[in-house]
Amino acid sequence: MTDQVIQPGHTFATVTDKIASIVLTRPIGRGWLVLVVITGFLTIMLSTAVGYLLAVGVGIWGVDVPVAWGFAIVNFVWWIGIGHAGTFISAFLLLLRQDWRTSINRFAEAMTLFAVACAGLFPLLHLGRPWFFYWLFPYPNTMKLWPQWRSPLVWDVFAVSTYATVSLIFWYVGLIPDLATLRDRSRHRVGRVVYGILAMGWRNSARHWHRYQMAYLLLAGLAAPLVVSVHSIVGMDFASAQLPGWHSTIFPPYFVAGAIFSGFAMVMTLAIPLRAVYGLKDFITARHLDNCAKLMLVTGLIVAYGYSSEIFLAWLSGNEFEWYMTTNRMGGAYGPAFWALILCNVVIPQSLWFKRVRVNPKTLWIVSLVINVGMWLERYVIVITSLHRDFLPSSWGMYYPTIWDWATFIGTLGFFLLCVLLFIRVLPAISIFEMRELVHETSLAPAPAAAEGGK
Amino acid sequence: MSDDRMKLWRSMDELAQTPAFEEMLHREFPSAASEWTDEPSRRSFLKLMAGSIALAGIAGGGCTRTPDEKIVPYVIPPEQLVPGRPLYFATAQTRGGFARGILVESHEGRPTKIEGNPDHPASLGATDVHAQASILDLYDPDRSQTVMHGGEVADWNAFLAAMAPVLAEHRRRQGEGLRLLTRTITSPTLIAQIRRFLDVYPKVRWHQWEPINCDNAHAGANLAFGQVVRPVYRFDRAKVIVSLDDNFLFDHPGSIRYARDFISGRRVRRDRREMNRLYVFETTPTITGAMADHRRRVRPSEIERVAHDLAAAVASGNASSPAATDLLGHRGAGLVVAGESQPPVVHALALRMNVALGNVGSTVVFVDPPEAEAQVNHVESVRDLAADLKGGAVRTLIMIGGNPAYDAPADLEFGAALKKFSDTAGNRAIHLASHDDETSFLCEWHLPLAHDLESWGDARAFDGTASVIQPLIAPLYAGRSAIELMSMLLGEGATSSYDTIRNHWRDRDQAGAFDAWWEACLRDGVIPETTSKPKQVSLSSSQASTATEPTSVPASNGVEIVFRADPHVWDGQFATNAWLQELPQQLTKLSWDNAALMSPRTAARFELIDVGNAPGNDVESSIIEITIDGRSIEAPAWILPGHPDDAITLHLGRGRTRAGRVGSKVGFNACALRTSEHQWHVSAAQIRKTGRTMALACTQSHQMMDPHGRDPVHVAPIARYDSVAAPKRKNVSLSLYPQYPYEHNKWGMLIDTNTCIGCNACVIACQAENNIPVVGKDQVSRGREMHWLRVDAYFGGDDANDPAGPYFQPLPCMHCETAPCEVVCPVEATVHDEEGINNMVYNRCIGTRYCSNNCPYKVRHFNFFHYTKQIEGPLKLMMNPDVTVRYRGVMEKCTYCIQRINLARIDAKREDRAIGDGEVVTACAQACPTQAIFFGNLNDSAAAVTKLKSEPTNYGLLDELQTQPRTTYLPRFTNPHDADGAKEPNPARAEECHPERTREGSACPNPDASERLSMTRPAGETS
Repeated sequence: MTDQVIQPGHTFATVTDKIASIVLTRPIGRGWLVLVVITGFLTIMLSTAVGYLLAVGVGIWGVDVPVAWGFAIVNFVWWIGIGHAGTFISAFLLLLRQDWRTSINRFAEAMTLFAVACAGLFPLLHLGRPWFFYWLFPYPNTMKLWPQWRSPLVWDVFAVSTYATVSLIFWYVGLIPDLATLRDRSRHRVGRVVYGILAMGWRNSARHWHRYQMAYLLLAGLAAPLVVSVHSIVGMDFASAQLPGWHSTIFPPYFVAGAIFSGFAMVMTLAIPLRAVYGLKDFITARHLDNCAKLMLVTGLIVAYGYSSEIFLAWLSGNEFEWYMTTNRMGGAYGPAFWALILCNVVIPQSLWFKRVRVNPKTLWIVSLVINVGMWLERYVIVITSLHRDFLPSSWGMYYPTIWDWATFIGTLGFFLLCVLLFIRVLPAISIFEMRELVHETSLAPAPAAAEGGK
Repeated sequence: MSDDRMKLWRSMDELAQTPAFEEMLHREFPSAASEWTDEPSRRSFLKLMAGSIALAGIAGGGCTRTPDEKIVPYVIPPEQLVPGRPLYFATAQTRGGFARGILVESHEGRPTKIEGNPDHPASLGATDVHAQASILDLYDPDRSQTVMHGGEVADWNAFLAAMAPVLAEHRRRQGEGLRLLTRTITSPTLIAQIRRFLDVYPKVRWHQWEPINCDNAHAGANLAFGQVVRPVYRFDRAKVIVSLDDNFLFDHPGSIRYARDFISGRRVRRDRREMNRLYVFETTPTITGAMADHRRRVRPSEIERVAHDLAAAVASGNASSPAATDLLGHRGAGLVVAGESQPPVVHALALRMNVALGNVGSTVVFVDPPEAEAQVNHVESVRDLAADLKGGAVRTLIMIGGNPAYDAPADLEFGAALKKFSDTAGNRAIHLASHDDETSFLCEWHLPLAHDLESWGDARAFDGTASVIQPLIAPLYAGRSAIELMSMLLGEGATSSYDTIRNHWRDRDQAGAFDAWWEACLRDGVIPETTSKPKQVSLSSSQASTATEPTSVPASNGVEIVFRADPHVWDGQFATNAWLQELPQQLTKLSWDNAALMSPRTAARFELIDVGNAPGNDVESSIIEITIDGRSIEAPAWILPGHPDDAITLHLGRGRTRAGRVGSKVGFNACALRTSEHQWHVSAAQIRKTGRTMALACTQSHQMMDPHGRDPVHVAPIARYDSVAAPKRKNVSLSLYPQYPYEHNKWGMLIDTNTCIGCNACVIACQAENNIPVVGKDQVSRGREMHWLRVDAYFGGDDANDPAGPYFQPLPCMHCETAPCEVVCPVEATVHDEEGINNMVYNRCIGTRYCSNNCPYKVRHFNFFHYTKQIEGPLKLMMNPDVTVRYRGVMEKCTYCIQRINLARIDAKREDRAIGDGEVVTACAQACPTQAIFFGNLNDSAAAVTKLKSEPTNYGLLDELQTQPRTTYLPRFTNPHDADGAKEPNPARAEECHPERTREGSACPNPDASERLSMTRPAGETS
């Protein structure tokens, strides 16, 4: 059963009906409405917090000297990490011809976009003078000033904005055939017009398909390296500083692994309730859960290796500052955060060795949540504990997040979920045409196992 | 006069206190007041210009004071006034009545910065925190602006009109019932005026009350010599100094000078490795104790015994303790000093020792006290006044300065007596003060006192040297000086204070050519030939008073309470000064609060949480209740390493209730426990833990150096000079790239930590020079203080109860050659210039704060909010026009005072020459009493800083990070007794004598006495 990427018995029509109906015919459910209200409220909270921040200054947050980066950067890295799964699934797995990606890539990509949008907020808001954010771009100006290219923050701007742009285009291009399907099936004039415009005149001709496939493959080729570059550069934001706890060459690879780790965790966190509520278990099967869980296990082990190598190298270096940072990280004021992170990211994910945990949606969902929390804690530990006690004991300090830090963070969670909820209702959450393709391929294939294992 | 006085109102608006009425009231009365609180209008700007022209004329020779009302068009500028170029005027500023010479920088008529006057004996060009911060007092928006009568706005004419019949009545009765209360006064003119006043009103009693007075020193001198004389120390000539609880580096009227003199014996260079030796027996750890080569923490009740033992050893020639040995071995080059907090007998013993050792005439001379009526005991004087106020013997009380309702001894209940007095019909209390304070509130008349920078005056320094205090600006408000008030009371109303002072000195100057002489006095800031001549003194025959064993018996098991002047707000008179309130305390690094200071062991005894080792800037501290004779206060407990056990120090000067927006309700009021019997210490206090806590703001709570294996300050005994002479890590580049060639200037700084006494003067000087905002306790507790320069204090050793040090390390920006901040800034807001300075471009900064994260020294400070928004009204006039006032969201940090470099560069360019050594002095270096900071051009091989950088002991902080700091340090040396002849201190041997580690001594022929005298571990043993 777990080999199935789509339950047998589906035809082109059933696939199309099933997925398109969520958008076109399904009535608005009470649960959905309640969630929209809640997340809408959180979004308003976010805008309030942002408005107050812009009016008064970044001092409303808990940042200080020495801990000049706080929640904003923690959240930025966390969201960017979550934003990795979509493109990884779409681009990497497409290039690797992993057909199981088909049913999860659409909403994983959407999730990526929303996560990147949330992530993008933070570096802007955390600026002392956010209205000058555009100085980070090399635009022509009368002072003939460019950004300072040695700063990883400049690389960051390029990496994140490129990633956001390519992800958006990739996602949109992937949507075009499905938008045409929705255009054709919509019974409302509004729907027909809107979807019609968005479908850009897609007529399902062979020539269209030919060019489409080529464009999609090229975009995938473009997006795949970005998956690696973005979080490498985010890692370099830290690694190129000379701060003990940041200054570490392992950061880029281990940040990428961590990003995919947390990205898959977020995909699972969203996919498991989605398939239950909207009856998509035929499309998002146990096979998907199993594969994602395996990827989480692998990336989780890479992350764990990252932690241990950091500690080992701190010891090996014999550098008093590095070693103090390490012991302080474990046993200092923020020690509980470190051990919680180890529990969430290293200990609990080991349960994924067991198939029973991997294919059981409930346990997998819990593990995914735990990993999400753990990855947030990881960034918290990296940012805060490294900064709060560095070289000179005289400048040591503490960091306490304020209510505005929390409001902004929880606000982005609300905003993210609101976007996901709206997305589910206005766009096909699963790629219809690719599922049809899958139906075609599985029906062509001999697939005896499928027939037997089905019932 | 009283809280419940009937409320009178003039209109419904007043009753309702509407803003419109307030505005009307404000406009109606003081002619200049409201204009000054607003943004400077063109009109007030012109007035200011008029004032500046008048003042420039003074320096140029003309000495008339332009009437305030006359507006002079700024068409033809006076000769010396070049817009953009500051002028400097010599004047003086007083603390505790004693003058310290200052030079005031004036920009277009606005005084903006205070520097020391190199020609003045009490300054030698340096300043302390109080002198530096007094510029803020001038522009304090909370300063009293009008005459107040019974809580209503009045004016000086109304006051004069009201006083005329009162004075006439008193004159008829020869002044009976008329009382005068002043602080310590050294102003010759004012003293002469008061004498004239006493001539007119012979039955007037003149009371004096200075909370931090010299009663004990005077009584001690009387005890030893039979006359009141003031010792003037020459620390530069002393090889061995023993301090009996005397914080002579900070507390004395001559401390700025003393610090320079003391340090002159400790400037260790490669070719000069001698140091004087300082023994300190003290209760409250002070900066003097921090400089000690041997420091012994002593409970207050034990110091007298220590003094007796030392005196006995000196008298008998018995070298039983290191201190006695050293003193006996350096006859004529030793010095024993006693602190004001010590009883007269300790002072007398110290004086006797100095006489016995032949130090008089070499390291100490005696002069007549410069202050008026030095024989008056201030405590008795104010006690008499309080009794008479209660007894009804007083009808009119004139208070010139002071705030007795707040700071008079608690048992006198001066406030209550004054309130009762004021409430009685026919009685009049008049208070001349800079602020409408606790005392003013209880008086019928409150008169605004003009600031020293806006009025004429004169004052004497600790050695008698007189200075003229000249105004730099016309009074901002309706303030008048004490001299002007006395002129009014004397009926000399028409005479301006300028004439009064000139007339006073004209009488003295018999040589003629007065105008030229006067001009020289103003220019130099010192009146020649006024320094007191040394007096011959001889020990009074009766030795009975000092020869006996001490009368005070050490408390057996109670907790002793010690009262000390707060190093920053002093006795409370500086509590309105936000700079001083925010400035981290010298040793505790507490900001905005005072605390009950105690040793870790005492804190453990009362089960108080370990407040000394908190993780961050905001520290929850247990509140304890301290009760003495039924009076009790609540105070947060704070652990101060080095404090003696079972003793608690309370700093005076905080807990004010009417000290404006800044000083009110900050800290607790220790004056409420300080009685006339026990001015400085009480032996029996009950301590109770309340169970509540409060948050204190502390900028450096991790003070022990050892636990983390770091050595930010290199420390070594002088005998082991070589151990720090070849630093482990050389400050050289390992980079593959060639170094940038600095062709012209290459600025650099060096700080000699061996000569830094941690007085904080540099911090305030930097704040004043660079328009650094005050952020308030809440922001400090969040770690957002803005001081560009901080003074780190690290204790040494591993015993928190009895540590070595602390060792101070001023930390400005290091201006690293390979600055970590520069590479991470995404917008090039912080860049190196071609002279090696790490510049901060505020306009380009967008506030990513990455530079701060990557700065290993954390010397960058960020405007988390729009802190400079608070700079409004008169405070805007205080801003240094050469320095940008920073907006919210930008990073800022030390610039090496680049505005001063630029000024020097302009001069040099115009004259087509290079900038000379010493031409650029940073604000911190200029203020430093001990000249511990050197700044100059490293390309100039003759520059002082370049020479010092070639010292073998020169080291860069954290230079193993390859930051190549431009600011480097010289190590701290100690000169312990045991290390003479390069012997290592031997604790094991000491412990044979005294098992208890903290009581170890070296040689123990007389266990009892030597135990008390001998020191604990010599400082600097740690390295």
